[in-house]
Amino acid sequence: MKFSKLFKINEDRSLYPPLNSEGKVDIDLRSHKYVKLWHGPQHPGITGNMSLELTLLGDEIMDCETHVGYLHRGFEKLMERRKWIQCFPIVCRITVPEPDFNEYCFAAGVEELAGIEIPETAQWLRTLTLEMARLQSYLMWIGGQAGSLGMGIIGQWSNYCRDLVLDRFEELTGGRIYHMYIIPGGVRGLLPDGFEARMEETLKTIEEFMVDIDRVMFNNAVFKKRTVGMGYIDPKWIYQFGITGPNARAAGIPDDVRKKYPYLKYPELDFEPVVGKDSDIYTRADVRRRDLLLSVDLIRQILAKMPKDGDFKASTPNVLHWQIPAGETFIRSECTRGEFAYYIVSDGSEYPRRINVRGPSYTHAVALLEKMIINTNLADVAGLMTSLHTYPPEIER
Amino acid sequence: MNTLLDNIKTVFPNAEVWTQRKGLYHMSIPKEQLVTLVTHLKEVEGYLHLVQLTAVDWIEKNQFQLTYILNNPNKRIDVMVKTFIPRDNPTMETIHHLWEQAATYQRELREMFGIDFPGSPRVDKPFILEGWDNIPPYRRDFDTKKYAEETYFPRPGRETHDPKEYMKKKLYPDEI
Repeated sequence: MKFSKLFKINEDRSLYPPLNSEGKVDIDLRSHKYVKLWHGPQHPGITGNMSLELTLLGDEIMDCETHVGYLHRGFEKLMERRKWIQCFPIVCRITVPEPDFNEYCFAAGVEELAGIEIPETAQWLRTLTLEMARLQSYLMWIGGQAGSLGMGIIGQWSNYCRDLVLDRFEELTGGRIYHMYIIPGGVRGLLPDGFEARMEETLKTIEEFMVDIDRVMFNNAVFKKRTVGMGYIDPKWIYQFGITGPNARAAGIPDDVRKKYPYLKYPELDFEPVVGKDSDIYTRADVRRRDLLLSVDLIRQILAKMPKDGDFKASTPNVLHWQIPAGETFIRSECTRGEFAYYIVSDGSEYPRRINVRGPSYTHAVALLEKMIINTNLADVAGLMTSLHTYPPEIER
Repeated sequence: MNTLLDNIKTVFPNAEVWTQRKGLYHMSIPKEQLVTLVTHLKEVEGYLHLVQLTAVDWIEKNQFQLTYILNNPNKRIDVMVKTFIPRDNPTMETIHHLWEQAATYQRELREMFGIDFPGSPRVDKPFILEGWDNIPPYRRDFDTKKYAEETYFPRPGRETHDPKEYMKKKLYPDEI
């Protein structure tokens, strides 16, 4: 069937304003043809507080500008005034859904600069925490994606599953959202008694719910009709716009930091990056669903392979007087949204000189979204935005 | 010997290059040649992915360090390209024609460090801070504590401790 028939796109563009030499529309608000609309910052279809300034012609988006700044707390500046160990409880606050990637990148950077080798058990425990964080972040996202397209029930199921993972986090680290578990030098503790059995129970529940979610969401005619062919990312844009993570993998680029730049214990685990090929909202959702199931599998592998006791923290100098040798480093990891990286500069004092966070949403939510959103329908904006899995706090830091 | 570093040394004799660890190289180059080097890395050496663009304030040397982190997705190598620019009226050439997302990074650097990138799209538009009239806040001479004390009011009944002294008292009470 012809594309335009399937999606009822009006091919006659003669009523629309002509494009100028830059390929954009000259918008004259006084012509009464256009409407300005703020999508956000408080909108259920937005993941976090960020707003899109939309210019509409009828239902169609002619221009979009991303506005951030609603969550700015100046973390990078705060850290310059704090000792290295005082930064440790700050970094996890940068991204709420998966704070562990911040903790890992910060700790690994400090260890590299200070020349500390962490024990084997600590590496396994770190890998486990990162995979658990990925699992719960995807569970939160799947509810958001379904909710933005009008399926509220999926969010209730997936948030129930996420809560179970948070219970396991509470057992392991003492915290539900912010764990402060991956400390420079190792981790803060070993697995509690009976953790594996309870984790297995949780994973089974999640797998059962994922079967239901697959049937209700991914086989849903309305979901398919609204998402297949919608929000296409051209594979040529991948490096032009700095697209990483599931958004790039859905375009057929098998870029997964876990596989490409192996860190921690990922080389010892058996997995292949999840790749899609159609690069639309549906494929991105499907890549994330399969990545979620991969995380379930990886957690099982980790728990089967890891040593259950042993040293979990390398000895570090007195953290109150810890002077990190001068130098700079760059540490990356794969979070649910893409490549998450820390650039750390030390001048040899007790305080960091500069810590810069590379959040993947930085490129996805501004340059890419502003381009993709043009000529889409107003009703699809929330679904399109959620499909990029943007997360504003990591843009503002 | 490493071919990339040799190539760069031949084409750009002014550049300093060194290796930190496997897959992470450093390059330092004068400001005027930076965009040429970055373009060379992208077009010739295959460093297609701009990972990060950020600045470090070396106030004691009166310099800003600009760091461009590039990645070669095929060879799996990262390169940190660095340049130093003076802290007074800092300007730098824009690279938004090479990567679309660079415009966003440059807009943030303009706002947070006051580094100008003439020609970069929307570079003068506020990105995070709206209506900011102080010096750019990520510069070292911007005192966050002073700003907070002038702008906000402390809640009554709240104690603050110097963390170093407080932890010393708590952990080693006998030594005092």
